[in-house]
Amino acid sequence: MDKQAVVSIKDLWAGYEADTVLEDVNFEMYQDDFVGLIGPNGGGKTTLIRVILGLLKPEKGTITVMGQQAARGRKHIGYVSQFQVEDKQFPISVWDVVAMGRLRPNPFHNFRLASHDKEAIETALEETGIADLRERTMNELSGGQRQRVYISRALATEPKILLLDEPTSSVDSQSSNQLYDLLAQLNDHIAILLISHDLTAISSNVKTIGCVNRRLVYEGNKELTPEMIEAGYGCPIDLIAHGVPHRVLPGHQYEDHHD
Amino acid sequence: MIEQLSTIFSYEFMRNALIASFWISLAAGVIGALVVLNRIVSISGGIAHAAYGGVGIAYYFGQDPMIGALLFSTVSALIMGAAQRKSKSGADTLIGVMWSIGMAIGIIFISLTRGYKANLMSYLFGSILAVSGSDLRLMTLVAALVLGFVIFNYRNLLAISYDETFSTVRNLPVTLLYLTMLVLVGLTVVVAMRMVGLILVIALLSIPPAIALYHFKDVRAIMLISVVLSFLFCFFGLVISFQTNIQAGPVIILLASVAFLLSSLVRRLHLSRKS
Ligand SMILES: Nc1ncnc2c1ncn2[C@@H]1O[C@H](COP(=O)(O)OP(=O)(O)OP(=O)(O)O)[C@@H](O)[C@H]1O
Ligand SMILES: [Mg+2]
Repeated sequence: MDKQAVVSIKDLWAGYEADTVLEDVNFEMYQDDFVGLIGPNGGGKTTLIRVILGLLKPEKGTITVMGQQAARGRKHIGYVSQFQVEDKQFPISVWDVVAMGRLRPNPFHNFRLASHDKEAIETALEETGIADLRERTMNELSGGQRQRVYISRALATEPKILLLDEPTSSVDSQSSNQLYDLLAQLNDHIAILLISHDLTAISSNVKTIGCVNRRLVYEGNKELTPEMIEAGYGCPIDLIAHGVPHRVLPGHQYEDHHD
Repeated sequence: MIEQLSTIFSYEFMRNALIASFWISLAAGVIGALVVLNRIVSISGGIAHAAYGGVGIAYYFGQDPMIGALLFSTVSALIMGAAQRKSKSGADTLIGVMWSIGMAIGIIFISLTRGYKANLMSYLFGSILAVSGSDLRLMTLVAALVLGFVIFNYRNLLAISYDETFSTVRNLPVTLLYLTMLVLVGLTVVVAMRMVGLILVIALLSIPPAIALYHFKDVRAIMLISVVLSFLFCFFGLVISFQTNIQAGPVIILLASVAFLLSSLVRRLHLSRKS
């Protein structure tokens, strides 16, 4: 049997009214993959994720998720957004947020969550180590704790693919290590696509690495080659150094893209 | 005290007003909590004022103004809701425009209508004398629709209010839920109009949940407390209005506003004592 791609992107061009952000992206991801993507601010990483989730229509090209169109296939994706919910006043408990991961399009299913749904919620809470926070209100949590809630919510969907956009941005290094351990375990049965600025952490934990800056440079390798970096129009250099020990690259391009 | 109350409510119109208060509070408390949590207070204001266009046109053509108000509030809820779903910033202007157009149409058609129009004030500022038997039936129906919708879709509504993007990725019917919620806001606005009037109705929708939000951390609790507060404001508003001969709508809203100010003061004190 052929290996079927869980995410497949062909000749993709995508962006917003003002300009095209992603050009000519081709990407295939398989069931046992753990892909890390890096790239400068504004490089198009979040845009790529939005396209995979069917939240943004591409200008050209095709995306399939689990062999289906993105908007259908996304039910298999557990998604952790880069940006946390802005409304800090919203009165909602940790448990209720994670329970969102069990919701289905069918309203009758959501009216009363079944006992296996509740079990899945408990499991997801335990996996990220926040089971004792379940009764707490979201606005009483620290940034890192909140981040874990969103990861639990993604896990509660029992996904085949995890998409994590900067999951460690507000997490201390110990928690970030815990997170990577958890992801390594989950990678047994879940394909993972992770975006991060922290290349040191990424490169020692992911299986393969790529670089997004308008174009995607991804060859399914663990190491970033200088060629990839050049083609990627300058990923953050200090971060890349880990994968390219013998070469020091100029850092000015990162400054250019920084906003 | 008890005796006084039993005298007040021995009048049929006062009993009707009290029953109306109950159903209106039920609908307004529950849907108002969603209005506040979704930050759609301005859309709700737009719906209320747009409804006045329906009142004016229906009146001009000799039809029941309630029907006109229901039609206008539903259509404007759908238009503003669709715009909001498309672009949050673009919707803001549209809301303002529809808000004014509704009022303008209403006023123009009412000036074109000949004859006695004093009772038209009751649509703007409410009147407890205005509550009829058919109004009560409509209020019951709206309260039942709101309650049924929210109970059945509670988790969905929580999800779309809290995190629309995640709800979309889970393929929840976000747009359908959102538009239904706004139509129910429209229906609630129209029935509450009988009590407090179109201009003040937005206060009845938003003040009780805003108070509840200060002190409770669960959406169900906030809905329940909003219903109770809203009913208390209406009840005491009715009593005061009866005894002072001042219109009930403004009294109710003033009570709610005072409670809101006191409640935020209490919260301030509480917070500053903690820190
Ligand atoms: N909603 C939007 N409308 C218009 N332009 C947008 C929108 N979102 C992003 N952009 C633009 O698209 C480009 C890519 O943004 P994107 O969010 O994908 O970058 P990113 O790689 O995720 O960056 P970061 O590391 O800062 O998260 C940026 O130039 C940004 O200004
Ligand atoms: Mg991003």
